[in-house]
Amino acid sequence: MADLKFPNPHEAERLPGTEGWERMYPYHYLYTTEDPERKAYEENMFWFYDGLHYPEPMYPFDIIWDEAWFLALSQFNTRIFIVPPAMGIDHRIHNGYLYITPLPVADPAEIPKRAELFMKRAGYYYQNWDRLHENWEGKMRDIIKQLADLKIPTLPEIEDESVVFEGLGVSTGYRLLHAYDKLIDLGILAWQYHFEFLNLGYAAYVVFVDFCQKAFPDIPLQKITQMVGGIDVIIYRPDEELKKLAKLSIELGVDDIAMKGKAETVLNEMAASEKGKKWLEAFQAAREPWFYISTGTGWYHHDKSWNDDLDVPLSSMTIYIEKIRKGENIDRPTEAIRRERERLASEYRALLTTDEDRQTFDQMLGTARTVFPYVENHLFYVEHWFHSLFWNKMREVAKILVDYKFINEVEDVWYLKRAEIKDALWDVVTSWATGSKPRGPLVWPKEIAWRKDVMGKFRKWVPPDAMGTVPQTITEPFTIVLWGITSESMSAWARLKAIADGDLTKIMGFPGSPGVVEGVVRVCRTVKEIGELKEGDILVAPTTSPSWAPAFQKIKAAVTDVGGVMCHAAIVCREYGLPAVVGTGSATSRLKTGQRIRLDGSKGEIDIIS
Amino acid sequence: MDIAKYVLPFEVCDRNMVNRVGGKCASLGELLKAQIPVPPGFAITTGAYADFLRENNLTEKVLERLTSIEPGNTEHVETASAHIREWIEAGKMSEFMEDIIAEQYRILARRCRMPAVPVAVRSSATAEDLPGASFAGQQDTYLWIRGVDDLLDRVKKCWASLFTPRAIAYRIGMGFDHRVVQISVAVQKMVRSFTAGVMFTLNPSTGDRSTIVINANWGYGESVVSGEVTPDEFHVNKITMEMTKKTISDKHIRYTTDPDTDMVVKIETEPERRTAQSLLDKEAIELAELGKRIELHYGRPMDIEWAVEKGLPTKGSVFIVQSRPETVWSQREVKPVIEPKASAIEHIIAGLIKGRKIT
Repeated sequence: MADLKFPNPHEAERLPGTEGWERMYPYHYLYTTEDPERKAYEENMFWFYDGLHYPEPMYPFDIIWDEAWFLALSQFNTRIFIVPPAMGIDHRIHNGYLYITPLPVADPAEIPKRAELFMKRAGYYYQNWDRLHENWEGKMRDIIKQLADLKIPTLPEIEDESVVFEGLGVSTGYRLLHAYDKLIDLGILAWQYHFEFLNLGYAAYVVFVDFCQKAFPDIPLQKITQMVGGIDVIIYRPDEELKKLAKLSIELGVDDIAMKGKAETVLNEMAASEKGKKWLEAFQAAREPWFYISTGTGWYHHDKSWNDDLDVPLSSMTIYIEKIRKGENIDRPTEAIRRERERLASEYRALLTTDEDRQTFDQMLGTARTVFPYVENHLFYVEHWFHSLFWNKMREVAKILVDYKFINEVEDVWYLKRAEIKDALWDVVTSWATGSKPRGPLVWPKEIAWRKDVMGKFRKWVPPDAMGTVPQTITEPFTIVLWGITSESMSAWARLKAIADGDLTKIMGFPGSPGVVEGVVRVCRTVKEIGELKEGDILVAPTTSPSWAPAFQKIKAAVTDVGGVMCHAAIVCREYGLPAVVGTGSATSRLKTGQRIRLDGSKGEIDIIS
Repeated sequence: MDIAKYVLPFEVCDRNMVNRVGGKCASLGELLKAQIPVPPGFAITTGAYADFLRENNLTEKVLERLTSIEPGNTEHVETASAHIREWIEAGKMSEFMEDIIAEQYRILARRCRMPAVPVAVRSSATAEDLPGASFAGQQDTYLWIRGVDDLLDRVKKCWASLFTPRAIAYRIGMGFDHRVVQISVAVQKMVRSFTAGVMFTLNPSTGDRSTIVINANWGYGESVVSGEVTPDEFHVNKITMEMTKKTISDKHIRYTTDPDTDMVVKIETEPERRTAQSLLDKEAIELAELGKRIELHYGRPMDIEWAVEKGLPTKGSVFIVQSRPETVWSQREVKPVIEPKASAIEHIIAGLIKGRKIT
């Protein structure tokens, strides 16, 4: 890839009017030329933009998940399972955009030693996968419960007398600091668990992909994921619940109420009849936990869950009710999917020419299928359920800062780093304790206004796909699976660059689901807009999640800004046989509703026709 | 006398009869058994060829002429070839043999509801003769032959083609005994092909057995077989039957039947058709389905010639006109794609260490 040049990280563009932006982020995320060794390291590494997770510049608070996975992913590779050739993934930020780089094991002599350790440690996990996975679910449910139960106390004028009579010996000021610490700690812990299986899952998957591609150079990646993909995975569950509720409303004869689609109306009117109450019972049961599904990826604070806005699931449900009324079958054809999965596997297997290869195929497919449900399910526990609860707990913390006029509104809190929030809470509790005036109101509103302006400038900037030096080999499993960093993708970036400079009729992304279609674009920036979709539209969305599932009943193809071959839109489109191009970076801003496009889901290309 | 000594309809040919009907007819018979749409026709057996030589006192004469060749002397080979072919083409079939072939032709014509039904006449070599050497099959194909006289004439030409300089040199080179060389002739109803070409049940450029590759051009398949045009190319996933690639090329010529002379001619393709897609997507998928069935029947990758006959532009009938085992990839050494290991985790470790090369 000698012909591919990316900018030197130290010469990356600086935006006028944003001077001082560095203080919005952790200091170790910044490129620096201060130290010759660190400078040389940064220049020699290959930093690519993580647009897959971060289509927008980072909010100073939201970077918490980045720090959490910075630690978690890397530690499992490097210190826990000892992935033979790969260390962790290093992170940097520039103009608010996140860049990451995989670190190889520098000394080749270390690799065999590491392989021995990996064999023992990872081998233990692979062999005991189901038991350990069950244990994992228990741990996740436990911390989710702790999070849900966590009280963010408001500061009383005087403490309740129980503090005295029960001899508690601590104030609400202390408990507030403690609750905040616990909240952050649970968040970091959730991400420790997030990666407990994920590296191993991806490693098993990636070797199977490599084998299939070597045996069948033409095999589409989507067919491989279809062979290993789970059937009863929980990412489908929220949507299934919605379908059940749609059916139930018809069975009970309360579907006319359900068709009103607005939470306030539906819930009130349901409560007025016996049958409606019965439906409400089922509705409330489904909400815990399935309505914690996020309408986005869950990575950003603005990704609301169904529980945050019940209009979203209820309006989606009307699509199902309409379909049932028309006599259409809305059930997922699980049996057909299972049969197709088995047919694919057995037919590809039959085309292998040696017994040795068939043995290898069986070994690898078996392991990949064992690990894959985790790869697909962990998202619901961490990014959806946990995060949705977490953001709202943080809003309770923010409410206190609003009360003390540290910030103007709850949603301003995301412009502060988590350590700054801790400082601010100290300011709150000490001034509360002493009866003095806090300094926060003089500091934070001004700073937040400035940060909002800086982020506005960041948003207008187009981050380069990569910085630094392209390596010869990539060994880090995530880098391969998630970001699809290969010779082809880097050539695509180079093409993309050429396109950005000239041809405006082409948009490149990742091939999410195969097929070529032509059709009319409907841009839906949020899941609330899916009601506007017409039969046969091509959905263009920032990203999709299971809460978007009803949309896939109407569309003929999907395009997303964010996501790789394993993202929700790609998985669902493969299942429904719809083409998809994912991870385009900018489709929602470059495409307009009503435009005609041609989309090639096998190549990951979009042509704008008119 | 049993007419089966000289002629056999494709329906009764099978893979155990290569000695009598040659590889091509045997394979057409196999295709029919697998319910593949094959244009009807019959084989003129190796027995007919042997009797013809005997009745014309050529059996020993030909052998003697061949043994007089100095190995490696191309001039010798060429003159011997010219002599032998002249003798064969000038030979006379017995009335009895002529009647049997003519009657079989008339049966075919009645079956096709077409007087003087146009046929393709092709040699069908026996397996011992030219294994995997497809050149022999291509040189002596006679298209659009109508009527008994022309048919009998082309049958002799096919027999004679057993002694082209190239075929003689090949047998000498491979050490084959000229005595056991036999030839059969396939007489097959001519598909008036709107589009035709070849199909491989693997990707010839990568050897990938999950891909079916179809090459197509307007008219008869000869333009594709001979390599005279860059054909349209379609890739179909053998397992999912999805089209994965489609390349439409500029196809400047095609073979067709000249309505005035009733002869097959090569013509320039009209400008508007040159870059138009010569095979519909659905036809490509239909062909691929057939290709998959043929491969399954034989249990190995195949090289197939096909044709599409059309009344209407959107409605056609797909036919397979011949098929043979793929030879290039199939003759490579069979070895595992990756080194086998005792467990999945050992594969995982090896895979992790190898990583992905960024080239």
